[in-house]
Amino acid sequence: MATREADIRARDVRVDLLEIGRMIEPGSRVLDIGCGDGDLLYHLVHDRRVDARGMELSREGVNACVARGLSVVQGDADRDLADYPTGAFDYAILSQTLQAMRDTRAGLEQMLRIGKRAIVSFPNFGHWRVRMQLLFRGRMPDTETLEYPWYNTPNIHLCTIRDFIELCDDLGITIEKFLAIDAGGQRSRRVHSTRRANLMAEQALFLLAFNGERDASGAPVYR
Amino acid sequence: MNSIALPHPNYVEARRQHGQDDDPRGSVMRLDAVPFRLVSGAELPEVTVAYQTYGALNADKSNAVLICHALTLDQHVANPHPITGKEGWWESAVGPGRIIDTNRFYVICANVLGGCLGTTGPKEINPSTGREWGIDFPVITIGDMVRLQAAFLDQLGIPDLFCVIGGSMGGMQVLDWAARYPERVFSAIPVATTARHSAQNIAFHEVGRQAIMADPEWRGGSYYGGPGPKAGLSVARMAAHITYLSEAGLHAKFGRKLQNREALTFGFDADFQIESYLRHQGSTFVDRFDANSYLYITRAMDYFDLAADYGGLLANAFKGTKAQFCVASFTSDWLYPTAESRAIVHALNAVAAPVSFVEFETDKGHDAFLLDVPEFYDVLRGFIGAAAEKRGL
Repeated sequence: MATREADIRARDVRVDLLEIGRMIEPGSRVLDIGCGDGDLLYHLVHDRRVDARGMELSREGVNACVARGLSVVQGDADRDLADYPTGAFDYAILSQTLQAMRDTRAGLEQMLRIGKRAIVSFPNFGHWRVRMQLLFRGRMPDTETLEYPWYNTPNIHLCTIRDFIELCDDLGITIEKFLAIDAGGQRSRRVHSTRRANLMAEQALFLLAFNGERDASGAPVYR
Repeated sequence: MNSIALPHPNYVEARRQHGQDDDPRGSVMRLDAVPFRLVSGAELPEVTVAYQTYGALNADKSNAVLICHALTLDQHVANPHPITGKEGWWESAVGPGRIIDTNRFYVICANVLGGCLGTTGPKEINPSTGREWGIDFPVITIGDMVRLQAAFLDQLGIPDLFCVIGGSMGGMQVLDWAARYPERVFSAIPVATTARHSAQNIAFHEVGRQAIMADPEWRGGSYYGGPGPKAGLSVARMAAHITYLSEAGLHAKFGRKLQNREALTFGFDADFQIESYLRHQGSTFVDRFDANSYLYITRAMDYFDLAADYGGLLANAFKGTKAQFCVASFTSDWLYPTAESRAIVHALNAVAAPVSFVEFETDKGHDAFLLDVPEFYDVLRGFIGAAAEKRGL
């Protein structure tokens, strides 16, 4: 165990990925949507003994993952999530990718169809620094978590923590857990309420479930 | 063995260096488990399998890699070809220190059932008549090819495979292996392939077969001892070869360039380089391939519909598989387009099989699976390396 901890430290696994890992029981089946170079997948598979697979849009990302021995399918989350069977995974993860989806709402719906739970993290557009930049500079925010200029950012559907919670409410999605994360990926331990987090948290991490009505195939019937 | 008289000197020399004879078939095994019953119900009273191996089987017998070859290829994966003398068809990937490392793995490739380089097929002798089978040879399927490979491996004493890999028709065999023998496949790499031959693919094959059968020298399939349907087989090859390339690739390589001439000749000579190239492809093909084999193997591909064998649902074919998969396709391959690979991936996802899938950008068309596309080789190396580690190799 000590060597595994040392290995995790040696690989410098991002703290927010460690937080995600802690939400998942060993042996679970997981799909990491938008898995990039596979850092989270690698952590889940090797350190947490999770049966994890990935989906990634970029060919470079997929190549990197397969070369690390990870099971990753090249695909577009906006299009290809619909192809997965209902209830195929214990967890569907969307780490820092929610804001880049074309149809965010449909993506969230798909995640809680194919996964029994969903884990979602995203940069909080309600963070005070973002608000200050808009208020005092009158410019689109340029922060550690929102580093692209407005004209070529992949982040096309930015939201605040309150916005996201409202969407979950609208869909009948239950928030089982919420963590506020700072820019460096560290958990902001003093921020517990989502209300306070909407101002103070640079990033948000949610564990979601759907406990409402389901159709004959077992798929959630969203409101 | 009839039409292969003298093996090419390159082949003879390579075999001699390994202390082997110059039999163009390579190694040959007569199957003990005969008669061999086919999917159609027909039986083959005698079966021979011609094959090549590279590397050594380890003590655990856990390092065997089966390479399944495509329609017009054969068992000579990584040695000079006995007829053309050219290097093996996948020497860029198979050999010491290469992606399929023969220092590490025991690599096997057998000529398919119905093939024409030593494995039982229409040009071999029908024991009941003492003459070549010709079109009395029973129609075979991809499943028959795979069942024969399994019987052959049984006799070779190889219980299961670390990896089954193949492109095009080889990929169909890989899929059939994973479905038919789930407990014998540790990892599977179907490349540029499909789980079901499309109407368009059947159509192209039919053109090729009709070209062969329209050649008067085909003689109802009984042409052995004569010149054979060279013109027909050549046209079949030319038509098929176009489907292995892409429009962009053809344009880049040939465009409208003229062949060794300054101007159009206003005749039907090969004015254009592309014509000359196709004619060359056709005429060299007839030296190394049997026309009847072409009929039988294309038919086997046409009949391939893996889902149909499993209640119409492809996912059912992969229920119970323990293999990890790496599916690969190429952007400009219009013969087995990416959508067909995606259908395989969806089916594997549906049964929760660990699967990786990558589509590679290339203008080389279907042929890309035989070429050194660097990103493709990187992924193969990564996947095989990781699988070998899991297998403890």
